[in-house]
Formats: sequence, C-alpha cells, structure tokens
Amino acid sequence: MINRPTPERFRLRRTMMFMNAQKPGLIKDAYIYGCDSIMLDLEDAVAENQKDAARFSLYHALKTIDYGKTEVIVRINGLDTPHWQEDIRVCVAGGADGIRIAKCESAQDVKTVEAAVTEAEKEFGVEVGRTLLMAALESPKGVLNAYEICCASERMFGVAISGGDFRKCMQTKFDPSGIDMLVARGQMLMAARAAGIQCFDTVFTDLDDNAGFEAEVRQNKAMGFDGKSLINPKQIRLVHEIFAPTEKEVLQAEAMVSAFREAAAAGIGVFTVNGKMVDVAFIPGAERTLKLAKACGMYEGDLV
Amino acid sequence: MKNAVGREIPDFLLENGKEVYQGKNYMDGKYVQKASPKTRRYEKPQESKIVETIKDALIQCGARDGMTFSFHHHLREGDFVVNMVMKAAIEELGLKDLTIAASSLGAAHDLIADYIEEGKVIGIQTSGIRGRMGQVVSEGKLKTTAIIRSHGGRPRAIEAGEVHIDIAFVGAPTSDCVGNSRGIGGKSNCGSLGYAMTDAKFADHVVVITDCLVDFPNMPASVEAIDVDAVVVVDSIGNPKKIASAAARISQNPRDLMMAENVAKVIASTPYFKDGFSFQTGVGGPSLAANLFLEKYMDEQGIKMGWAIGGICKPMVELLKKGKIGKVIDVQDFDLDAVNSINQTPNHFEMSASQYANPANKGAFVNKLDFVVLAALEIDTGFNVNVLTGSDGVLRGAPGGHPDTAAGSKVCIIVTPLVRGRMATVCENVVTVTTPGDCVDVLVTDYGIAVNPLRQDLIECLDKAGIEHVTIESLKEKAYSMVGRPDPVQFEDKVVAVLEARDGTILDVIRQIKPFTFED
Repeated sequence: MINRPTPERFRLRRTMMFMNAQKPGLIKDAYIYGCDSIMLDLEDAVAENQKDAARFSLYHALKTIDYGKTEVIVRINGLDTPHWQEDIRVCVAGGADGIRIAKCESAQDVKTVEAAVTEAEKEFGVEVGRTLLMAALESPKGVLNAYEICCASERMFGVAISGGDFRKCMQTKFDPSGIDMLVARGQMLMAARAAGIQCFDTVFTDLDDNAGFEAEVRQNKAMGFDGKSLINPKQIRLVHEIFAPTEKEVLQAEAMVSAFREAAAAGIGVFTVNGKMVDVAFIPGAERTLKLAKACGMYEGDLV
Repeated sequence: MKNAVGREIPDFLLENGKEVYQGKNYMDGKYVQKASPKTRRYEKPQESKIVETIKDALIQCGARDGMTFSFHHHLREGDFVVNMVMKAAIEELGLKDLTIAASSLGAAHDLIADYIEEGKVIGIQTSGIRGRMGQVVSEGKLKTTAIIRSHGGRPRAIEAGEVHIDIAFVGAPTSDCVGNSRGIGGKSNCGSLGYAMTDAKFADHVVVITDCLVDFPNMPASVEAIDVDAVVVVDSIGNPKKIASAAARISQNPRDLMMAENVAKVIASTPYFKDGFSFQTGVGGPSLAANLFLEKYMDEQGIKMGWAIGGICKPMVELLKKGKIGKVIDVQDFDLDAVNSINQTPNHFEMSASQYANPANKGAFVNKLDFVVLAALEIDTGFNVNVLTGSDGVLRGAPGGHPDTAAGSKVCIIVTPLVRGRMATVCENVVTVTTPGDCVDVLVTDYGIAVNPLRQDLIECLDKAGIEHVTIESLKEKAYSMVGRPDPVQFEDKVVAVLEARDGTILDVIRQIKPFTFED
C-alpha cells in the first residue's frame, strides 16, 4: 500500500499532464515522463457508463503505484452530475494529493466540495485538511467570480482556465495570437495573484503544431502563469525549457539573495548588487527564481 | 568449461582447437589461413550462363547429398529463394543431408522446418532463426548442432574455411545473362547485396537467381559475373511488400520518444560527439527515433555526422540528403527510401558484410564506429544482452550485427523498455548471451539510465552533463517489483545450437527446450 506524503500547497507546478484514470497502461507509470503533476481524469475522458470502473482503476492506482515526487491530482465530475460525491470519496480514500473542481463558478462551489472532502477525510481516517483543491474556470461566470473562488478555501492552491468550454461560451474559437482567451487569462491571473495562489493555462490540443504550441507557452510565461495543462508527454520538455530561468537570471537571483542575507545580518535594508538597488521587496522573486532553477537542474547551491 | 561470461560450455564442443569465449579482442594479432574455393574454369567464351531451371543449375554445379548451400537475407520476410532452391534440391533431385548456411533465416522459411523434420536438411548455420524453424531446432529435431553467428562472425568463418560453401545462391533483383547482379533496377529491389558478397568469393559454385534480366553489363555489380556459374530467371524472387517496407516511420509513442531523447542526451554528453562523428542505429522504435533528437543536438552544436553505417532506412537517408551526414555505407536496406538511395544518392555506398563487421580482417567499419544504438530482448546485471532466444528458451531472433557493433564501437547504447508485458527486460541472467557485457556501455530504459561500471569515463560524462543515472541492479529490482521474479527457463541437456562469439570462440549454447510442467 502506498501512502503518499502530505501534499505541499505551494510547489513547482509547471506541467500538469491529463490522463484518463480508466487506462491502466497510461496511468501505471505516468511519472516516468518527468511532469510536475499528473491529472487523473474522471470527467470528460471517461464515458458516462464507465465512471464506476474508472474510480476503481483510480483507487487501485493510487494505492499500488509509487508516483514518487510527481504530484497526483484528480479531476472530478462537475457538481451538476450525480458522480462528484463518490469521486471525492475515492480520491480521499486513495490518498490523492489534490482535487480539481471542474466547471467551478462560485466560491460556494469550492465550499461545497470542501465540505464533502472534509467529510471523506473523517470517514477514511485521513488528516483533515490534507487534500488540496484547485478550481477549473470554464465559463464567463467562473472567470468573473475568479477572485472569490481563489479565496474560498485554505485548501486552494490554484486556478486553471479550460479553453474549450470557455471559447464555446464566448462564441469564439482558437486564435494563434491568444486574443480569444486574453480577457479570461488576464482576469484569472489577476485574481490568483491577488489571492496569493497559483494559476495554470489551458491545454494546447494540436500535437502536430509545434510552433503554435511554443508560441502559446512563451505567451503563458510572459503573462505570468505558473504552469500549463498538457495532453501528451512530448509537450513536457518544451514547457520546462521555456519556464526555466536564464543563466543570467539565476546568477542575479543568487547574488541578490546572498547579499540580502548578509546585509540583513548587518542591519542594512537597502543595498546594491551589480550596480542595481535592491531591497527586501525583490527577495521573494529572487528566491522563486532559485527554486525554479533548482528544479531545472540549473542551481545546486543551498540558498533555497 | 566456463567462459568469460560465466556460461558453461560442454567439453565435446571444444575440439579441433575450438575455444570458449575469453573476452573482447582475444584473437587480436593472431594469423589466419584463408580458405580458397575450388572453382570451375569457363575459358571458352559464353554468350550466356542462363539455364532453364534451378534444377538445371544444381545439376551443372554438381549438387549432391551432404552439400552446404548458402543464402543471403536481403529479401527478408519476402524471400522466395531459399524455399525454391531447397524444394528443387530435395523434391526434384532427391538430395538429402543438406546444410543451409544463410546470413539469416525467418518466418518466410517455415517450409525448411519440414525438411528438418524429414531429415533432409541436417545442418543450419545462420544469424537469425525464427518461426517454425526456430521451434523445430529448439525441439532438438535438427540432426547436427546448429551454429549461430553474427554478421561479422559469418564472413570470418567463411574466410577461415570453417564453413565451406559448395553452392552459393544469390537472389538478385537484377542480373545480366552472365551473372553481374545488383540489388536495384528490378521489381523486387532490396538495395544492398552486402551479405552475398563474401559468399560469392568463397563458394565453389555460385548461382544467381533473378526475376529481372537486364542488358549486359549490369553495372556497377554487387556480385560479379567472374564468380558466377549459372543464372536462373524465375517469375519472382520475393514479395516486394515484405522485402522493403514502406518508409520506416519514426515512432510517436511517447515512451519511445522519451527513451530516444535520453539516448541522444547521453551521446551528446560524451567527448566523441564532435564534428565528423560516426553512428549506427537499429530500426526499432526508440533506436530509430534517436535520429530525430540527435539531429537537434547536431544543429545546436553546429556539427555534422561524418558517416553512418548499418542496415539503413529513411531517417538516415534524409539526413544524408540534407547534408548532415558525410557518407552512408550500408550492408542492408530496410525500406524503399533506402533501397532507392543506395548507389544513387551521392555518398551512399554499398559494402560487404566482411567490410562491415568481420573481426578477423584488417579493420572493418565497426572498428571505427563512435556510437551504436541497439535494442535488446533481455539485458542482465552483467550488461550481457540476449537478442536470440525468447523467455521460453525458443530460438526466435538474431544476433545480426549486434555483437560486432557493440564490440567495435566506442559507445554502445542499449535502449529498451524496462518491461514488456509481463517480462522483465532487465534481469538477473539472460537466457542466452548474444552480446557479452564487456562490449555494452550504457543502458537506457523508460525507468532510468545505467552505465556499465567498466566505463567510469562515461559515468563522468553523464555526471558532468547532469544526466541522472542509476545502477543496473536497481533497474532489475524495479522490473521485478512490477512483474515478479521469473523462475529460470527449464532445458533438457542436449545442445541444439552453438552461439559463436564474433571471433569464433563459443559464447553460449542453446539447449533443447523442456515442455513446461507445473511443479508438484
């Protein structure tokens, strides 16, 4: 029996790879590809009359496969279906790290799920509060309520936009420039940052369009996303490459953090690094850069 | 007697100076007396060497009981030649006690299994043995002990006279009326005829069988008329669809791609990855896909491949056409793109099996190879590889050029998934050692990379490049933790086949299979 360690609410989540929870061949060793999180899907990938089979497959995967450092999140069925309560019981009993709430539209949706998760944690003797939550915004209403959703629970670690459904609601379609999703992405990012949680972009579905995928990931990084949902392992490498800091950024961050610590010990608040003024406000960003660099194998020091 | 890879070789096999495997390069510097064939003079000018039937050619070459016939396998699973010749010899001429010495045999030759069971064919010498023939040999039905050799070991044995070929049969996609033969220009094209070249030079008699007669002279010829006794024109030498597949496609399987990417990463981390490097890869999913990622690293570092060898298929030809490889030299072609390129695309050349891989000549191509990427059915914790016997102990594979390229190259990388179905690929002891562990350097699996501890220099390269690696023991344990630890395969005592190392020593033996029974 696998007992996963207590999930970390804020950790590196550059890549979240979706896979059908009902496909043993896919989920048996999804961790080998090196994504940060895997997203086992009970929702759209699973046919309506196969939901129960998928839950069994999911439960046994969680209990018998050692996913190691890879985070394991489960996408449950929407609150408008008869499946979500049972989905939550399976996730909690199996020890999933987190649950992705599909089609989330309000803080109340998060609270409804949270109550069911708490109840399941008590039922299965899991530490209350262990199971993390994230919300998928799939409609204009969800996007408009992004801030209250992000703030709805201490369990919330992030929000993600679901492009397919959102575009349908907006009566638009995919555009290589990203204009179709600009408002949703921007609004959601602002809400997530204001609430202090992470923010993830939608999947890119054309596996043959490498240039389009790269352009979208670059835009994601430029906009400030923490990571991206993926549908195929071959998308992982590019996202990790693009989200990696540059060597110069790493050196600068390292210099700032070590100078700050020395200065703070000497009672100095503002100082310069390589001719640039630095104060405490720069430090969390620099530390984040170093953590990212460490995950990318670019930094081996002990400042983070 | 135990050999250098820990295999017990029965004493009765160690006669006439035959030795057990002693390790890599053991025969280096020794002298060899080459055999020479007894060939017939055709002094009087002949307008044509065409004879009516295969039977007529056999009669002309003095075919009789107990002879050894040789064949090459460029027509692969599409080959009709072996069956046509053996049928004529056995059913039309009533010959028996025949030995087949082929560069490889496959499921296309199931018919031969019948001749083995009837005692008409009593000897098999080959690299590959599969299908029903593998089954009947494993069941102990062949009268003599089969001999399995690598693609380099075969021309070595022929040149040393360890195999004496009475009649060599060349399945030729085109030939002229006197036997100048090529692998292209006809309807059953196979490209290179590299495996047939040594046979033609060392056989007493040579018969060319073609389904496309072309004008004299058919140049440049792979097998030359000066070595040919007779030419037979038949309707078809093979099924073109099975000779050269449609273009080998690079796998889209994410697991293969991930392994391929790691193979390229390993290659790029070594000092041998520099402008002008040389490379061979297999045609399996992850091996072939390695081309794709290697190209990226070549572009990034602004370097080109000096030359590539091997069995060749489309991705390699494309790199050549893009100017990213200096020269491609090949002994066999696997798809139509390669078939249509050899001797046509500038810098795409043909070579003989001896030139490719023979350890006893004065320097085969494999000896100058920087990297080779190969597959494995099994690999054990001593890095010994099996590509010949299945998990049930039955013959169903071929060493091919595996042991030759592994031994000759500076870096030999094995790429294979950790498990296949319920079978652990990485295991404690391979069923048969086809490539000794001292020739294998790196193992890339979907669950991690392991480096042979003999190669501390490569371990340093990987560490420096930040490429994670683990011990091969830990990979084996991981495999067993997933699929369980198998019981050893059970065999009878009888040795049904000897596996020769490329240098002619004995690397392993294959014993008769024991029907499976549950223990009480």
